[in-house]
Amino acid sequence: MQLSRPATPAGDRDGSRSVLTVTDYTGEVHPEAVYQALLDHDVFALPVCGQCGRAHYSPRVLCPHCGSTSLSWQQSAGLGTVYSTSTISPRNAEPYAVVLVDLDEGPRLMSNVVGIPAGEVQIGLRVRARIVQREDGAVAMFEEDRA
Amino acid sequence: MRTDEAALRGTTAVVGVAESDLGEVGPHLSSLDLIGQATVRALDDAGLDKSEIDGLFCHSAFFQLPPVAAAEYLGIRPRYSDSTAVGGSTFVGYLRHATAAINAGMCDVALITYGSTQRSAAGGLVSSGTPLTKSYETPFGPRLPVTAYALAAARHMYQFGTTREQLAEVAVAARKWAQLNPVAFDRGELAIDDVLSSRMVSSPLTVRDCCLVTDGGGAVIVTSAERARSLRRPPAFILGAAEAHWHKDIFQMPDLTVTAAAESGPRAFELAGLTPADVDVLQLYDAFSINTLLFLEDLGFCKKGEAGPFVAGGAIAPGGRLPVNTSGGGLSYCHPGMFGIFLIIEAVRQLRGECGPRQTADAHVALVHGNGGMLSSQVTALLGDESTV
Repeated sequence: MQLSRPATPAGDRDGSRSVLTVTDYTGEVHPEAVYQALLDHDVFALPVCGQCGRAHYSPRVLCPHCGSTSLSWQQSAGLGTVYSTSTISPRNAEPYAVVLVDLDEGPRLMSNVVGIPAGEVQIGLRVRARIVQREDGAVAMFEEDRA
Repeated sequence: MRTDEAALRGTTAVVGVAESDLGEVGPHLSSLDLIGQATVRALDDAGLDKSEIDGLFCHSAFFQLPPVAAAEYLGIRPRYSDSTAVGGSTFVGYLRHATAAINAGMCDVALITYGSTQRSAAGGLVSSGTPLTKSYETPFGPRLPVTAYALAAARHMYQFGTTREQLAEVAVAARKWAQLNPVAFDRGELAIDDVLSSRMVSSPLTVRDCCLVTDGGGAVIVTSAERARSLRRPPAFILGAAEAHWHKDIFQMPDLTVTAAAESGPRAFELAGLTPADVDVLQLYDAFSINTLLFLEDLGFCKKGEAGPFVAGGAIAPGGRLPVNTSGGGLSYCHPGMFGIFLIIEAVRQLRGECGPRQTADAHVALVHGNGGMLSSQVTALLGDESTV
């Protein structure tokens, strides 16, 4: 346990964003900050339990499945399936799809499917993560997986 | 003292119920004023004096330290307080907590109360507390809580072939009940097509699939069965109650077509020694039309996936085969942020036979089911008249 370890990514320190890998964060004890820092460096990773082997989301200090604190970060393949979808049509903006995606690694997350009209997002659609950098922090969105 | 929970069956009863002014009370009444109104009326209903309240059960998004604030306002000094906060279902859970406290000798007369002026004061839902934890949902623009329920509805439609028309049946049935309730907020004509063609909030749910935004307060008084029998009104005995929650945020819900009511329902029935076939009237927390379908299934009134056809053709409307949400529900009667206490009030009135044109014939057993959060907290209670104990 490295309680004093800063949550800022190692890659920032020498300005080489691309060298950041999930292994820099093994044993890190600030789960939300690490998740966000990895995303901010274009890495979509999930906490995986060293005891039961299952991934979880959202990040936390213990495995919600077995209770172990032996957690490490693994880069997600970013592939998943739309579990449910709802279209929201704001008065002065394009409609968008709020989705729940079941990742192939197991966890479900809320996100948006982008790149196709909201009304064409269907349950069962295969999707691939696309990290979108935003002012308020990077987020993992999804686009149709055409592979 | 340690006992099997089933031994608590019928040991307590609801002896007083009342609403405050409802709908849109205007800018000059506060949420605490509505609690005051409802409490005075419930005490009068029960024939009890304010000084006899020694247990206070209160949750609010409008003021901090809810039981402390409510007690100060009412001028009471409870020796037992509970501010469990699990969303709109909280108040149904208080029936169980009050039963425990009364049986343990920790209080004798429990007041459960709620008040909200969300319509007059805010014009929309006022949520409890300021979230200081990171949200893994808001960055993606859901219109919560609607989108959470919309995602459940979309999944139910996908898995079971449920239609938007079947969802709309729930809203139309609620409206027909509301037309029989003089204090219901929305009593105008509503047809299936009206629901379908209303403004889409978060597909597949339109604004008519969503609960009202109203003001309102309520009060429910619980005491021991012995005491209850000496009071003014026929007691509504608490036969069994159970609570369950499996998630908070919708993305953490294991299966969006199965709520924790599938756990709270069977447990409550077991404690009460009853089955769904014994229930004469149901009050299900209908924050959104999909709720009623999910709860009919999870509580055992039809099989999983079959609630759409089950409610079709006015089956849960007045004159239908199963009376559900006879007040008009959160969809048409009132919904001041948290609706749980109003489910209890209507159930008790049905058991007493006080409901006039919307009265269910031979109502001996009422089921009350509370929902909280994003289909998160589920609480089921069974109430019965004297013939059931």
